[in-house]
Amino acid sequence: MYDDILRAMLSPAETEALTLSLSVAARSVAFNLPLAVLVAWLLTRTRFAGRTLFDAFVHLPLVLPPVVVGYLLLVLFGVRGPIGGWLHENFGIQLAFTGTGAALATAVMSFPLVVRSIRISLETVDRGLEDAARTLGAGPVDRFFSVTLPLIAPGVLAGAILAFSAGLGEFGAVITFASNIPGETRTLPLALYTALQTPDGDALAARLALISFSLGLAGLLASEFIARRLRRRLGRA
Amino acid sequence: MLSVQLTKRRGDFRLDLEFGAPTPGVTALFGRSGCGKSTAISLIAGLLPADAGRVQIDDDVLLDTARGIDVDARHRRIGVVFQDARLFPHLDVRGNLEYGLKRLPRTAPRPIRFDDVVQLLGLDTLLARRAHELSGGEKQRVSLGRALLRQPRLLLLDEPLASLDAARREEVLPWLERLRDGFAIPIVYVSHQFDEVLRLATRVVLLDAGRALAHGDLATVSRDPALRAIVGPDAVGAVVAGVVERINGGGLAQIRIGDVLLNVEHEAAVVGQRIQIQVLARDVMLATESPRGLSVRNAVAARVVSVTPDVGRAVLVELDIGRAATLLARITAGAAQELGIAADMQVWALIKAVSLRGHVFNVPAH
Repeated sequence: MYDDILRAMLSPAETEALTLSLSVAARSVAFNLPLAVLVAWLLTRTRFAGRTLFDAFVHLPLVLPPVVVGYLLLVLFGVRGPIGGWLHENFGIQLAFTGTGAALATAVMSFPLVVRSIRISLETVDRGLEDAARTLGAGPVDRFFSVTLPLIAPGVLAGAILAFSAGLGEFGAVITFASNIPGETRTLPLALYTALQTPDGDALAARLALISFSLGLAGLLASEFIARRLRRRLGRA
Repeated sequence: MLSVQLTKRRGDFRLDLEFGAPTPGVTALFGRSGCGKSTAISLIAGLLPADAGRVQIDDDVLLDTARGIDVDARHRRIGVVFQDARLFPHLDVRGNLEYGLKRLPRTAPRPIRFDDVVQLLGLDTLLARRAHELSGGEKQRVSLGRALLRQPRLLLLDEPLASLDAARREEVLPWLERLRDGFAIPIVYVSHQFDEVLRLATRVVLLDAGRALAHGDLATVSRDPALRAIVGPDAVGAVVAGVVERINGGGLAQIRIGDVLLNVEHEAAVVGQRIQIQVLARDVMLATESPRGLSVRNAVAARVVSVTPDVGRAVLVELDIGRAATLLARITAGAAQELGIAADMQVWALIKAVSLRGHVFNVPAH
C-alpha cells in the first residue's frame, strides 16, 4: 500500500533514491548507536590515559571535510585496505562502493552527534539512583540496563533521530567511499547532484530537494515530540 | 549484634568510628550536619570503600580489611533509605518495590512478603503511580518498602525525614514506628533531630567531627555533657524508659521506672507497653520537703548526685531516683544556694504530667 502511494507520487528514480536514503540512514543509526552509547559512557564515567585524545578523535568527523573522511575510509576499508582487505578475504564482505559502505560512511559522519547527545543525558543522570540499585542487588551491567539506559533513553532517541535525519543527506563521505551507483549508493543528495549535472534535470532536482526538506523537517519534529513524551514519562516535563 | 569499626579519610575530614548495637533494635547515629553520619552510612552499605575497618552483623562478616574481606554493596543485603528517597523515575511504585526482590538469589528465603509490606506501609493505592506523582512522605514510604523487600539483614535510614516539612514528618513517623515494631530487623537511624531519636531509637551513637563521643542506651547518653552541647540548652533532659503500669482517667498513664511511678499524659498507651520519656531539665522543679497543696502530678523522691554550672546563671542538678535511673533538673544558681542543694542531699523532684511526652515501643510481633 505504502509502496503504491509512493509510486503514484514519485517517479521510479525518485522512489529508488528515497528508499535507498532511508535504508542507508537507518543502517547507519543501527551501526553507531550501540557504539555511541559505549563511547559516551567511557567518556563520562571513566578516567583513562589518553582520554582527551580519544575525545578529540571521536569528534573529528565534525571538523574534517567529509571528503577526507570518505578518503580515510577508502584507505582503511577499501578492498586493499588493512580492514577492508581482511573482511573481503575472510568473509567476502566488500564495503567500498556498496550500500553498506554508504551506511558506514554515514555512520562515521553522524557518530559525534549521537555521542554528544547521549553524553549530555548521561551527565544529568543522578548517580545516587545507581547507588540505590546497587544496594538493591544490581551488578554493574544490570544497573546500566535497568536504571541508566532507561534514564538516558530520551537522549539516545534524540541522538538516533538526529543521526537518521542527518544521515539522509550525507554527501561527501558517501560519494567518496561508496561512489554514485544508481540503486546501490545513489541516495537523495547524490541523485540531486546527478540531476543538476544533467541538461534538463532542474525539475527533478527541485522535487528531490523538496523531498529532502520534508524528511528533515519531519525528523526534527519527531525527535522533539518523542523527547518530550519520554521526559514527561520520567516526570521531568 | 551489629559491630562497626571504620576509618575513612576524605580530604581534611577523617571518620574514625566504632560502635556496637544489639540486633534487632534501633540505634541512632546522632550528630550535627557534617559530622560524618552519611559517610558512615555509605561505608556500612559498601557504597564507599573504607580505608580500614570491620562490619559484622550477627555471624556475617561484610567487611574486614585486615582479612581482605569486602563484600560488594550489592551482596551485603543492607537496605538503605536515602534522604532523597531515590525512587526510580522510570518505574511505577510496584516496579520500585519489586526491584530488590527480583534480584534476590533464587534460593534466598523471603520472610518479608510483598503484600505484608504494602499493607504495613499503606501502599496499596499507590502501586500504579510513578515517583513524580507522589508526595515527599509517600516517596519515603515507598523507599522504605523497597528496602524492606530486599529482605535486609540491616536497614540503614539516612535522615529519611530531613527533606520533609514538619507536617510531613509527623505523617511519616508513625509508619517508621510500625516498621520498627512490625519486623525484627536491626535499624541504624541517622538523624540530627533529637525528637526523632527519642521517638524511634533505644540506643544512640553520638557523632561529632567523625568520632563517636558517646554510645549506649538513650538514658545513659542523654546525661552526657557532649549531647547537651549538640542539642542546645532547651532540649537538655534525661531520658527514662519504663513500662506502662496503669491507665488512669483523663488521658494519664502511669509509668513504672524502677521503684518510681511517673504520671504521663498519653492518649494511646496500653498497659505493658515499653515507653520512653524525655524529662526536660527545665521542666523539673526541686523541693527540700515533701510538697503539699500543689497541682503537680509527679513528686519523686531523689538523691542529688552532682551540681554543675550550666548556661547563664543556672546550674544543672543530676538526680538519682533509684535503680540507676537519673533525672536532670535545671534551676537558677541562686535557688540552689538558698536551698543548699549539694551532693547526697535528699530532695523531691516535681514534674508536671502535661510536660511529659511518652513514646511507646511495641515488642516486635515476630
